[in-house]
Amino acid sequence: MSTALLLSALVGGLANGAVYALVALGLTLIYGVLHIINFAHGSLLMLALYASWILWSALGVSPYVALVLLAPLFFALGYALQRWVIGPAGQGRDANVLLVTLGVSIVIDNLALAVFGPATRTVDIPLATSTIDLGVMYLPLPRLIAFVAALLLSGGLWLLLNRTDLGRAIRAVARESDAARLVGIRVAHIHAVTFGIGTASVAAAACLLLPSFYVSPDAGYAFVLVAFTVVVMGGMGSFPGALLAGLVIGVIESFSGLWFGPSLAPIGIYAAFALVLLFRPTGLFGARA
Amino acid sequence: MMHAKQGSGVSRRRLLAGAGAATLGAPLIAGAAPAPVKIGLLQPLTGFLAYDGIQGKYGAMLAIDEINAAGGIKSLGGAKLAPVLADAQTSPATAIAEVDRLAGEGVAAIQGGFASDLVLAATQQAARHGLPYMVDVGVVDQIVGRGLTNTFRFGPGFGKVTQDGLANLAALNNAAGKPAKTVVIVHENGAFGSGMAKLLQAKLPGLGFEVVATIGHPTPQRDFTNIALQVKQANPDLIIPSNYKNDYILMALTFAQQHVRPKAAIYSILGGAASNAPFAAQHPKESNYIMDCNHYYDPNKPLSKAFAAKVAAKKWDLTYELMLNYSVMRVLADALERAASTDAAKLTAAIAASTYSDTIMPYGPTKFVHGQNIGAAPVNTQIRDGVVEVIFPTAFASAKPVFPIPAAG
Repeated sequence: MSTALLLSALVGGLANGAVYALVALGLTLIYGVLHIINFAHGSLLMLALYASWILWSALGVSPYVALVLLAPLFFALGYALQRWVIGPAGQGRDANVLLVTLGVSIVIDNLALAVFGPATRTVDIPLATSTIDLGVMYLPLPRLIAFVAALLLSGGLWLLLNRTDLGRAIRAVARESDAARLVGIRVAHIHAVTFGIGTASVAAAACLLLPSFYVSPDAGYAFVLVAFTVVVMGGMGSFPGALLAGLVIGVIESFSGLWFGPSLAPIGIYAAFALVLLFRPTGLFGARA
Repeated sequence: MMHAKQGSGVSRRRLLAGAGAATLGAPLIAGAAPAPVKIGLLQPLTGFLAYDGIQGKYGAMLAIDEINAAGGIKSLGGAKLAPVLADAQTSPATAIAEVDRLAGEGVAAIQGGFASDLVLAATQQAARHGLPYMVDVGVVDQIVGRGLTNTFRFGPGFGKVTQDGLANLAALNNAAGKPAKTVVIVHENGAFGSGMAKLLQAKLPGLGFEVVATIGHPTPQRDFTNIALQVKQANPDLIIPSNYKNDYILMALTFAQQHVRPKAAIYSILGGAASNAPFAAQHPKESNYIMDCNHYYDPNKPLSKAFAAKVAAKKWDLTYELMLNYSVMRVLADALERAASTDAAKLTAAIAASTYSDTIMPYGPTKFVHGQNIGAAPVNTQIRDGVVEVIFPTAFASAKPVFPIPAAG
């Protein structure tokens, strides 16, 4: 095994890991903080990929510019979804929420199929094919941008949750919703805001992912399982944890792909996952229960 | 055993329906509108095979529209064909349930299936109902190897496609002075890709090729960078990929990004997107010179030209699922015409005796032996500046092959 291949596997793994972290950031807020098992996460990712693709194909808007438009739009979508669909229908019971989000995902998937058709779409912007010659490999520029964005976004979300009143309210609701209600926090509103922020993060991830990936009605599913893994491995609700776990999983997948073949790469992910949970049951950055 | 069971396998319901149709159908007089002939169109209309399934549906519907516009089935008093759609999703269990539903709705025959595992389940269930089944794609050879007398496959199977694909590859290579000696196989690790890889590993050495690396990957593969770098390090003359459409596109784009350019060609057999018109059109640079051995029509027939014009007018993608389903429906309509009956046994016999040649495929007259149309054969295509061209066999070719591909400029 040449050093060049090892080095490129490391860089490629970090670049992929950043994408995993990006997709998981929204989920760690929704699943990790609110404990809403959001089966619609992949479908929302797919929807955002389509939204970004449409802006590009119809108006020529680069996905990186679309991010600024789609993040608020998807915040509103997420807010509405939680406030008027998942919240009322779920009635706070996990089994209900699970079924409702599953239902939402089925609706979104089939709407996408009906509206956009089943074809695989890609964006063709000069930036998408731009690479940086590292000698051992060509680093795709979209992956570098995704990497930097993952750092910024996870940092920003951490600040939001830990240094703002809104963040304190979210944490209060997550920890003890009855007590939060007693001190005047509007619990349903905070739930919806949190879901909205999570959905906006998914939209951001989609815009950063699209230049180096594709969109089809089933595109979201490629990232769902790995996103849940990242959230649990990083520690429920921890943004630095999601970032670190995303990168760790990316690198492990990359190296196990290199050594055992890409077919067996997922084994590396879940072996590492099991090991982490064995020694740190609350995940890398998880608070002690 | 299957034969014995199959011989008397006409269910009571079908028998009664047939008898009923015979008595009711007898006094057909001019002026009375004949009952439409229901045809089940079973496809994976949702799920990850939805693209292929919907393309297949379009192809069958286009043929039905044309047949109906031309006066329907004349021997049945101009009876129109009425499609009954069924969604097999991506599960054989659903396919079976949908076949039951179609039988209950009284279809005369079922067409479609696309994926081999769906076809295997659906054909067997259709046999229980005594319904004739026309397979559109489903390449696994077992589909026509089980002695089911209701099952007919119009297109070539896996064995035939790989045999021709390898023979054509060897012929291309020999004609060019054997520029390709080493091969890397990139395959998805399901039944299709792994089966192909195993077969290629066994057959390629005999044709003068050395397999220097075989790389399997799951579906979907989220990133192809590492695979591209491994291929690059192996530096093969030839890359043979066998994976599904989404992965194929991502793989081809990553190869271009990582400057992976084999000396001779990227040569696919039943390649996921290698003869997919939208992929070629959207990425003319990255897809240029990619070769495929696959189902494809004969672009030079007048019927094909009219077909392509209609497909373009409807803004559909011109793909092989569309071509095959369009052709299969014509074969089925011809059988209905000759059977002059919707009775399952008569229709099955008429399909079995089919010698129909007016399709867009490069096949010649149909001849079903144990359910397989032995005239069926794949063709070789090559993407050239955003267009899928037929390069082999030369009788149907729309362009001359470029092999080996020019060095990167």
